Amino acid sequence: MEDHAIFTREMKDTHTILIPNMLPIQFRLLISVFEFYGYHCELLESESRTVVEEGLKNVHNDTCYPALLVIGQFMEALKSGKYDPNRTALMLPQTGGGCRASNYIHLLRKCLKDTFPQVPVISLNFVGLEKDPRNGWQLTMPMIIRAIYSIIYGDMLMTLYNQCRSYELIKGSSKKVLDKWIRYMSKELRKNGYTNTTKYYKLMLADFAKIERSSIPRIKVGIVGEIYVKYSPLANNHLEDFLISEGCEPVVPSMLEFILYWSINKVNDARIYGKYTAATPVYHMIYKMFLAEQKRVIRTMKEHSTFTPPHDFEKLRASVTRYIGQGVNMGEGWLIPAEMGALAESGTENIICTQPFGCLPNHIIAKGMSRAIKEYYPDANIVAIDYDPGATRVNQENRIKLMLANARAKRGEV
Amino acid sequence: MNIYALGIDVGSTTVKTVVCDEKGTVLHSAYERHFSKVKETVSAQLEIIAGKFPEAQFRSAMTGSAGLGLANAAGISFVQEVHAAFLAVKMLYPKTDTVIELGGEDAKIIFLTGGVEQRMNGSCAGGTGAFIDQMATLLGITVQELDAAALRAKRTYPIASRCGVFAKSDIQPLLNQGAAREDVAASIFRAVVDQTVAGLAQGREIKGNVLFLGGPLYFLKGLRKAFVGTLGLTEEQAAFPEQAPVFVALGSALYADQSKDQPKTAAMLLEKIRNAHAASDVLTGDVLFQSKEEYAEFVERHKQCDLAYADLKQYEGDAYLGIDSGSTTTKLVLITEDGRLLYSHYASNEGQPLDRIAAKLKQIYADKNPKLNIRASAVTGYGEDLIRAGLSVDYGIVETVAHFKAASFFCPDVDFIIDIGGQDIKCFKIKNGAIDSIMLNEACSSGCGSFIQTFAMAMGYDIAEFSQMGLFAKHPVELGSRCTVFMNSSVKQAQKDGATVEDISAGLSSSIIKNAIYKVIRARSVDELGKNIVVQGGTFLNDAVLRCFEREIGRRVIRPAISGLMGAFGAALYAKEQAALTDAPSTLISPEALKQFSYTSQNVRCGGCTANCSLNVIKFSDGGRFVSGNRCEKGAGVKRDTEVPDLYTYKYDSLMVLAKEQPARSRATVGLPMVLSFYEQMPFWHTLFTKLGFRVEISGESDRKVYFKGQHTIPSDTVCYPAKLAHGHVETLLEKGVDFIFWPCMSYNLQEADTNNHFNCPVVAYYPELMRANHSGLNADNFCYPYLDLNNRKNVIQVMKKTLRKYNIGGEIAGAVDAAYQAFADFRKDIAQKAQEVIAQARAQGRKIIVLAGRPYHLDKEINHGIHKLITSLGLAVVTEESVAPLGEMPHLHVLNQWTYHSRLYRAAQYVTTQPDMQLVQLVSFGCGIDAITTDEVRSILESHGKLYTQLKIDEINNLGAAKIRLRSLLAAMNSQ
Repeated sequence: MEDHAIFTREMKDTHTILIPNMLPIQFRLLISVFEFYGYHCELLESESRTVVEEGLKNVHNDTCYPALLVIGQFMEALKSGKYDPNRTALMLPQTGGGCRASNYIHLLRKCLKDTFPQVPVISLNFVGLEKDPRNGWQLTMPMIIRAIYSIIYGDMLMTLYNQCRSYELIKGSSKKVLDKWIRYMSKELRKNGYTNTTKYYKLMLADFAKIERSSIPRIKVGIVGEIYVKYSPLANNHLEDFLISEGCEPVVPSMLEFILYWSINKVNDARIYGKYTAATPVYHMIYKMFLAEQKRVIRTMKEHSTFTPPHDFEKLRASVTRYIGQGVNMGEGWLIPAEMGALAESGTENIICTQPFGCLPNHIIAKGMSRAIKEYYPDANIVAIDYDPGATRVNQENRIKLMLANARAKRGEV
Repeated sequence: MNIYALGIDVGSTTVKTVVCDEKGTVLHSAYERHFSKVKETVSAQLEIIAGKFPEAQFRSAMTGSAGLGLANAAGISFVQEVHAAFLAVKMLYPKTDTVIELGGEDAKIIFLTGGVEQRMNGSCAGGTGAFIDQMATLLGITVQELDAAALRAKRTYPIASRCGVFAKSDIQPLLNQGAAREDVAASIFRAVVDQTVAGLAQGREIKGNVLFLGGPLYFLKGLRKAFVGTLGLTEEQAAFPEQAPVFVALGSALYADQSKDQPKTAAMLLEKIRNAHAASDVLTGDVLFQSKEEYAEFVERHKQCDLAYADLKQYEGDAYLGIDSGSTTTKLVLITEDGRLLYSHYASNEGQPLDRIAAKLKQIYADKNPKLNIRASAVTGYGEDLIRAGLSVDYGIVETVAHFKAASFFCPDVDFIIDIGGQDIKCFKIKNGAIDSIMLNEACSSGCGSFIQTFAMAMGYDIAEFSQMGLFAKHPVELGSRCTVFMNSSVKQAQKDGATVEDISAGLSSSIIKNAIYKVIRARSVDELGKNIVVQGGTFLNDAVLRCFEREIGRRVIRPAISGLMGAFGAALYAKEQAALTDAPSTLISPEALKQFSYTSQNVRCGGCTANCSLNVIKFSDGGRFVSGNRCEKGAGVKRDTEVPDLYTYKYDSLMVLAKEQPARSRATVGLPMVLSFYEQMPFWHTLFTKLGFRVEISGESDRKVYFKGQHTIPSDTVCYPAKLAHGHVETLLEKGVDFIFWPCMSYNLQEADTNNHFNCPVVAYYPELMRANHSGLNADNFCYPYLDLNNRKNVIQVMKKTLRKYNIGGEIAGAVDAAYQAFADFRKDIAQKAQEVIAQARAQGRKIIVLAGRPYHLDKEINHGIHKLITSLGLAVVTEESVAPLGEMPHLHVLNQWTYHSRLYRAAQYVTTQPDMQLVQLVSFGCGIDAITTDEVRSILESHGKLYTQLKIDEINNLGAAKIRLRSLLAAMNSQ
């Protein structure tokens, strides 16, 4: 029997579940779904120095930065006195796979063993990685579907917000619209009819289109990389804000692409290694469903707005084999070169690849693929930025500034 | 009125200003070290400009790594420094193909032809000016002297360049072993070149016309020579412009001119700089001492742990000499029978430990009472072997044991010792009167004395004075725990934000402690450390550091007054103990012989085996000699009575012998790189291809040359060394002219036991993809890297059929695959059997057994650096992890057990816990992210059963010094258990 605390059914009523804020927009919708199903959740937003210090104290220093931050954030929260450890649970997303990230949850439990053994950790995954009959965290089908839609709507809002924010004439106007929509969608996701995405997309598009924007084109900068560092401002030192302060438009691929990548990998593995199981066609079906949704996003955006839609995932997938095989599926695998290629192809030649220092898959899929991508897109202006507790912000920003100087020179600015 | 362009380059260590006209003609330039007083230095230079051009106006721009904050605060436009250089190169040297610029902490490269690319060093400052400064300090000479020495060099040694810390561990032994300083100097420059190639070029070749920029490349002729020589440039191709030191400032002046900056007078600019106030976001911590009284009380408390003293000139009777020949310092003590201190010495060895110690010994002989008899002597530390051989010291003792002896003298029930020296931290827990677990800093010296010393020197203070300044700092800066190099930028940031030297000094003392506790010891709670803690090492003589330590752990500790001499003191105590067992007089070199003492050193290649170790032979005036650089006894000319059983050598040889078996006639030649998973699966692939009638060419053995051969195609310089070596192997195969190279991608390894999954690590799984994308000589015809799963015979057959389609041998493949599986099984069975033989043989000889646990590729002698031979030379037998893993059971784990190679570690560790005469030593390649997970787990499996945990971190560093200390400590602990 496992020797760690389990989140039991009774705890659903008594415990607050702390969740690290990995995707600032999507997760706000996601927890509103969890709340709807009766779980008390709270997103952790703390960015104090103690987060990193707790991380350094509690995990092996060579462990990747995301683990260090997430665990540090949990430990800081538990020690802050803000939460009663007897009425608190923690939740970590888990994807499985050959990257050491699959081990975060175990590392977290190891830390808790000595300090807060009573605090249960819930694995957030959709493949049943943790099976225990006592488990009070029950992902029912309707709940999974709602959760997925919260990510899909969150993606759309993130995309629109990023496209408006750098151009807004009245400072803060995009944020207002975004906040309004997060509040609104949190309510809508609890009603029936939330699956009518086209309806909501159109409303969102119309609303964001009303924001007064400048028509002077900005330098577009794509952000790809390890999933946590890519999205979390805590990890990437508020990269999006920095780019905006430099007069750029950040282009951040959506979470949906990661889900598509993840589901097709299950099919790829079966194909490549002859590992067909009963689940294979199910994954394929999931992939197709999401793909259809992505096509809907693209179509709606094209028909009803002037905003730039995401890249067609099937095309992106077909083109990646120019650089790397689709068998590379640990961490962000072939998705990073695929996104870099797609960005370069669609005119976002300036790309920041964010990665935790010493990230194993990224040796191959990020730094290792730069050259291959430049073969096809000689103008691609790619910079890999390492994030870890020892790296200073000044240092990272200086390297990004170099990339931007290149970008400006190409536009004919000095 | 004239309008000129003004560029200000604020680098990490210097300020440069340039005034030029619109054509780029330099009218005025200045280059000055700023000693972190950035604003003052910039102002001073502007004043000069104002005086020289009273009537002129300037379009101005600032650049440089430390210029951003100042530029923003002063409202002066800023240009990124690489871009500034780019602008100047385009205008002044349009024919340039590549620009290499080395600065204080930055290194940059710009490729101009074939797709413009500008790159900077990432998060590593290896191979920069700071690195050269560090190395000069290590040699105890100025950078100019270093440069002059390098020009006289006769040979170079391989030195790791990635980080100052690594380089030190390569250089120190060279110095301690008496390698010529000139050669070491040249090797340092060579390392800088290697780092530029590996870290910056990242797979792009540096060729054509190369322009060299930056202070170091301008001032250091030896460095220039190294670059030109290593890159193979002709005199015409290598350009070192006259304006090199101020080139970037010139670029920023051109930027100012082209961007049509609003012209201002120098006085106006000066005003802007003076009024610049950067936003302050310095975090401050608690003061160290509230009052002088509090400090006095603290000093009084620690004074109680001191030795009694005796006078060297007065004392008559037996005395014992202890020598600690450390990596950077030399310590000597002479004690009386009852432990009173007669003489002590603590100073830098200035890279020449033998000379220093001989000189001090001469002094002791001259000053001592004629009736004082040195009854016995012992030496410890890095230089132990050399000093012992040179000065005929009676005994050698491993450092950890020496420290333990010394600590017990002050605190008999000591249970935790932490020693912080110049370069290393040693911590050990004591259980039942023996050393139980040892922690050494492996690859990071961030928690060591040199850390604070570097900063003291950079700010122009003496270390003692500097650390004293922190005691009463009013607002100690909170600097956190991080690497020395990055601490640099944090310190500079703090200074810019107005922190005083006192505040920084206090902040650094606290950082050392945080690094030591959280990075090296990795303690989670104070109770983990122990109840009776003795702190020692030169760094703890610093009261500020001691105070920080007591505060961080919330407990009082014992710091002996001879804190810095504890190794030597322990050695003296050991000499005393040993002398009590014998009547023989000391063998220590006599005063007469010492007067004549001299030595010469010489480099030769060992012919003992194929390793051809590079040996350094020191001949002493008395005819004795000392050999270093050897991995085994052969090089030292020692003959063993019995062969120590060693599975590593057996397994390695049985893989290498495969290369000789070839089919009678062949369809084509396939090249198999001897890297990563091939170290286990070679019998499989070799059989498969030979059965199918291919001639198999194996890339062969690794060495440093192989690494350098492939270095220019490595895109990520932080990947592990085993992966980096693969580039050289692929290069070798291409040179051999094989028809195609075969190297499969495998997400999965073999399913072996009850595990969550059986992955390969991402690097082993997909490295061929990286190789294909980064080597322009590889294409679809000559590089086959299909995806397959060895667990699935059908899949292997299918994939191989597809891969070898053009040879039309579909029908033969199934049979060959079966033969391959059989050969693979036979090979593994043979190794498992041999393991049993080794164990049985060792037991018959009464030897203890070490399970040297790593990955299959740790067999590579360029990766393990001969650690297995070092172990056998200590009289211990060696087996591999995978040969005993099947004998163990899977223990209960707290982590996800999903990698085949790593799951073997857990079972091997469990097996070791069941065998009283076995211990496990874990080999960890630097940069192996997955081992961050396995090491803690293996440690806990072993320690929960009372076994010792020893970890050896390995990289390209060729120096086994740290490994040797650990292994000898392990041996000492095993013997006392």
